[in-house]
Amino acid sequence: MTRTLLEVQGIRKTFGGITAVDGVSFEVREGEILGIIGPNGCGKSTLFNCILGQLPPTEGKVLLDGDDVTGLRPSEMNRRGVSRTFQLLQVFPQLSVRENLILAGQEHKGTMVTRLFGPRDAGLTPDANQIIEFFRLGHLADEKAGGLSYGQQKLLDAAMAFMAGPRMVLLDEPAGGVNLTMLGHLEERLRAMNTERGATFVVIEHNMDFVMRLCTRVVVLAEGKKIAEGTPAEVRANQAVIDAYLGH
Amino acid sequence: MSRSLLLKALGLVVIAALIFVPLTLNRYGIYIMSLWAIMTIAAMGLNLTLGYAGQVSLAQGAFVGLGAYTVAIMMTAGFGFWLPLVLAIIITFAVGWLLGYPALRVQHHYLAFVTLAFSTLVFLVFRNEEWLTKGIYGIMGFKRPSAFGVSFQKPIEFYYFTLGALALASAFMAWLVRSPWGRAFVALRENPIRALSLGVDTRRYTLMAFAIGSAMGGFAGALYAPLVEFIDPTPFTLALSLNLLMMVIVGGSGFFFGPFLGAAIGVLLPEWLRFAHGWYLIIYALFVMLLLIKTPTGILGIVENMIAARKTRAASAARAAASAGLDKA
Repeated sequence: MTRTLLEVQGIRKTFGGITAVDGVSFEVREGEILGIIGPNGCGKSTLFNCILGQLPPTEGKVLLDGDDVTGLRPSEMNRRGVSRTFQLLQVFPQLSVRENLILAGQEHKGTMVTRLFGPRDAGLTPDANQIIEFFRLGHLADEKAGGLSYGQQKLLDAAMAFMAGPRMVLLDEPAGGVNLTMLGHLEERLRAMNTERGATFVVIEHNMDFVMRLCTRVVVLAEGKKIAEGTPAEVRANQAVIDAYLGH
Repeated sequence: MSRSLLLKALGLVVIAALIFVPLTLNRYGIYIMSLWAIMTIAAMGLNLTLGYAGQVSLAQGAFVGLGAYTVAIMMTAGFGFWLPLVLAIIITFAVGWLLGYPALRVQHHYLAFVTLAFSTLVFLVFRNEEWLTKGIYGIMGFKRPSAFGVSFQKPIEFYYFTLGALALASAFMAWLVRSPWGRAFVALRENPIRALSLGVDTRRYTLMAFAIGSAMGGFAGALYAPLVEFIDPTPFTLALSLNLLMMVIVGGSGFFFGPFLGAAIGVLLPEWLRFAHGWYLIIYALFVMLLLIKTPTGILGIVENMIAARKTRAASAARAAASAGLDKA
């Protein structure tokens, strides 16, 4: 059995009287692609935000490699090798595709002082070019990110999450708003990242076909609680999941 | 002629004009050119804080004042020019860093109000703390500097001194915004949450943007004091901060050369319009309003739009040519 990379223990998050996440626990094993599914408003994104320090959890713990990392700042989590994408598209429109990628990697190199006095690209142009080629964005490398199509920006958004060679990537609805051709491309690239580079993923997604094809294991949330966990086939056959989310 | 060659030629012409034109100007003309150089440095600092890093500040005038008072107070106490200059930069850097802390909690117009309050506070200190600042009577009796046996006493000499300082400040700024820090500042402006998730310590970069921008204001103030040779609180009201803000926005916020153009409009244009006597402020105000209605991104924003439009036209033409080729095949 492979090692546990991330352990989420009893995460609870309340906003005033509303409990968005209610005691959710699961673990992520090295090299797997874990899917998190559930109806809108079931707390998936809040759970991501609690894991990554964007929001402090009301209760519960997050362990990375056995170390307690609960409530660390997002930048610190990123430097420890956990990166993410957001549900809404988040690229830097005024920077070129290559600059977006260099930015995604530069804070992992040296200190603020060495970055100031070091080379302009922080020595990251070769790494950026490699990622650009991997995601097949070569022809757009010098274009401003704001000028790309939605699907291309989505691809860049995902590519940025890989720039610093993360141990684990949390993808929040990577397929949202992406057309079928681009989706196939994205799926193929994520799978390649997983098999060729051993990247570990946690994916929030509503596109069930995408989740069932890509993920090795799935966690299902409903109303802030975990209602099921298992292989895609097991989850699909689970009556509670059918009732709460998948429908008949 | 290629565009880069054209730009280089234009740059050389501008530099030559900055060096030689003031030789033909009278005392007042030279003073205005020196003021332009100094205000460009201050606006450049605000352009870093606001234009690159996206942190609204209505306090840049206060930092110019802090720099000017530091130099005026220390020079009258017999410290020469250079030590006070360094100290002015250090003090404004430190105070700018502290002013950055509210920016970690509030943004946009709320931040504008925090910095506005700071600006008013600094003005009140200049006016009321007479034991230190001599209040409304002001400080005089300090001289323009000299270095390595070269005196900068005469107006034209001091103009070249400020021009040298502007060249130094520009080189520093060009280096800074092209470094990985510059990229992090832009990320901070465009999307702080995403920047944070990519490992960018947005807190430290925010504080740095304020500190460095304010230190540039302090540097400008340290040059302003020996230019006018008399310091009182009047020039450092909120109006100066607003004027510097206008220079940044009119020139093109977030563009390297924005402050040069903005300061030219903010300092030189009112002088050129003096022929209109009492009407000059009205003409000036109308001009600025029309300019901003027409180009909310500033003068350099228009230039960028024109370049982008030309590129798009070229790309469309290339596509049309390619599809025409396909039709034939």
